Amino acid sequence: MTGPGNSGLSVGPSLIDATPKRQRNTLALWLSRLEGPQTIGRGRGFWITFVLAVLAAAIYPMFVDGWTVGNTAYFLVWTFMAMGLGVIWGYAGSLSFGQTAFFGLAGYGYGVLTLNFGAAYGFTLLALVLAVGLAALLAVVLGYFMFYGRVQGVFIGIVTLSVTLVFQAFMAQTAGPEWAIGAARLNGFNGMSGMPPLTIPWPGGDVLLYADIALYYVLLGLMLLVYLGLRMLLNAPFGNVLVAIRENPERAEMLGYDVRRYQLLGFVLGGALAGLSGVLYTAWGQYITPSSMSITAAALPVIWVAFGGRKDVTATLIGTLVMIFLYQWLTIYGSQYAIVVMGVILVLTVLFAPEGIVLSLMRWISARLKPAGGRA
Amino acid sequence: MILQTKGLCKRFGGVHVARNIDFGIEAGEIHCLIGPNGAGKSSLFRLILGAHRPDSGSILFRGEDVTGLPSFARIRKGMSVKFQVPGIFKDLSVRQNLVISFQHHLHGHDLEATIQRVLAFAGLEGLEEQAAGTLSHGRQQWLEIGMAVGVEPQLLLLDEPTAGMSPEETRQTGEMLRALNAQGVTILAVEHDMSFVQQIADRVTVLHFGEIFAQGSVAEIISHPGVADIYLGATDD
Ligand SMILES: Nc1ncnc2c1ncn2[C@@H]1O[C@H](COP(=O)(O)OP(=O)(O)OP(=O)(O)O)[C@@H](O)[C@H]1O
Ligand SMILES: [Mg+2]
Repeated sequence: MTGPGNSGLSVGPSLIDATPKRQRNTLALWLSRLEGPQTIGRGRGFWITFVLAVLAAAIYPMFVDGWTVGNTAYFLVWTFMAMGLGVIWGYAGSLSFGQTAFFGLAGYGYGVLTLNFGAAYGFTLLALVLAVGLAALLAVVLGYFMFYGRVQGVFIGIVTLSVTLVFQAFMAQTAGPEWAIGAARLNGFNGMSGMPPLTIPWPGGDVLLYADIALYYVLLGLMLLVYLGLRMLLNAPFGNVLVAIRENPERAEMLGYDVRRYQLLGFVLGGALAGLSGVLYTAWGQYITPSSMSITAAALPVIWVAFGGRKDVTATLIGTLVMIFLYQWLTIYGSQYAIVVMGVILVLTVLFAPEGIVLSLMRWISARLKPAGGRA
Repeated sequence: MILQTKGLCKRFGGVHVARNIDFGIEAGEIHCLIGPNGAGKSSLFRLILGAHRPDSGSILFRGEDVTGLPSFARIRKGMSVKFQVPGIFKDLSVRQNLVISFQHHLHGHDLEATIQRVLAFAGLEGLEEQAAGTLSHGRQQWLEIGMAVGVEPQLLLLDEPTAGMSPEETRQTGEMLRALNAQGVTILAVEHDMSFVQQIADRVTVLHFGEIFAQGSVAEIISHPGVADIYLGATDD
């Protein structure tokens, strides 16, 4: 080792004295966090690619019929749950295997609220917010007991998986007419249906967001908002702390961070995003069933995120879209078949690209583009 | 007194790692903690930092009882630590290690300025983007010391800061600690190297089987006949 730099040996008084803190423009600060150490992708090349991808997604509905666009919107529904799992698992280092509990709770919550109170005056948007809040509340309670109860490692996966399976089993036995919340019949394993789609209040008549072009644009916008928001949050001090906890929780605590609180916050964020997917799914198809909380449903987001690359939100997003597209395409040949292929992809990922296949590809491409050694 | 322990006791099964330890550090001093392997030095560090809960006794930091506080809250009150086992984020860059260490009280230009100073003083200039785990052992040690001193602690706790360093590097570390101390940082260091202890210590405490065996100036400890028996003899290898 070389030891301390010769000039540095005399520690200047400035190492100790705090200089006056400068105020920076808050907006500029947050925008600067669109790039940073916790997210891959920086510089002109990345953002030009990003804008081109967004433009392609924006003009895509002009080339296909509304029904196809509505089906594509369905892909976008799932990205929120995947990005949320990426935060919990990839960034904060706790594998939750039960994101579908939040998904299901929020989905049913949306159904119960809108079946009881209707869709007038844009109430569906309020129902969305309330249902996502419900999922976040479950995440607060569950996360509190886990993280403050020192549940760690694989046990987080077991506890969360148990919760979603219990939830599924419970909802599956609600077939009888006594299982109703107000006007909303829970309906056992047949699930709840008939709730209104999302609506946007509009003078002269609310816009109904059926699985069609308008919904596609709303979901695309929401996905971009969440994606860019997460990039900023993950490159902010909050994201740095999550990563520090993933890498070495004891050290993070000894740097003065309330580790359990940060773990809980990350978990609640991920739970809320899973809830958002649940609401959007329910509103998209106007139904939700207990199978949305089954072990298969719970495993799929884990596979998407593992395939994409859990430690990077962009890789997670791309990987999820690819996998859902693949899954939908395979189910044409039978859904059992599709699940087996998903399992095989998971095994291949774990064996050959444990950091994620999309992430490995992105790293490889950026290394190729910048042989000078800069990280793209 | 910046730190005080009162009747601190801790045992693991049959092993008493701390027996009724009444221990104090004066503000502004460099205090060295010595003792043979297994004496309980690292355990005392962990008790002070809240990584272990004492079976009985209390810990006061700057006059306040912190015995019930979790580790992060004690750190926030002005302690910082480098443990005996390496505690850097190996997969993160050197810069990330420093950002994570300093971001809760420094922002923007101040954060950047501190990072640059610590990089210079730890001899890590030009290695900012390198993953910390790929640095040489000594550089990792320096990075970790940099992480601990850059947070502007009132009390700096160092468990074997010079382990694995050459005599010259050890001497440089001593100078660095003296310079920090001159700026008002109180230091508690666990050390095996007696020449290093002589170089830096104002006072020395000797631990033996979880008990305070002797306490005093460096000269007093060196001339203490019992200490030579338990400690200097034991490590003369
Ligand atoms: N968590 C633990 N559980 C059980 N025993 C422990 C634990 N931590 C420490 N010990 C035991 O307590 C005794 C004191 O250990 P400690 O690490 O505090 O010694 P030390 O003075 O720092 O020694 P060294 O100079 O080797 O670092 C040892 O016998 C050790 O095996
Ligand atoms: Mg030790």
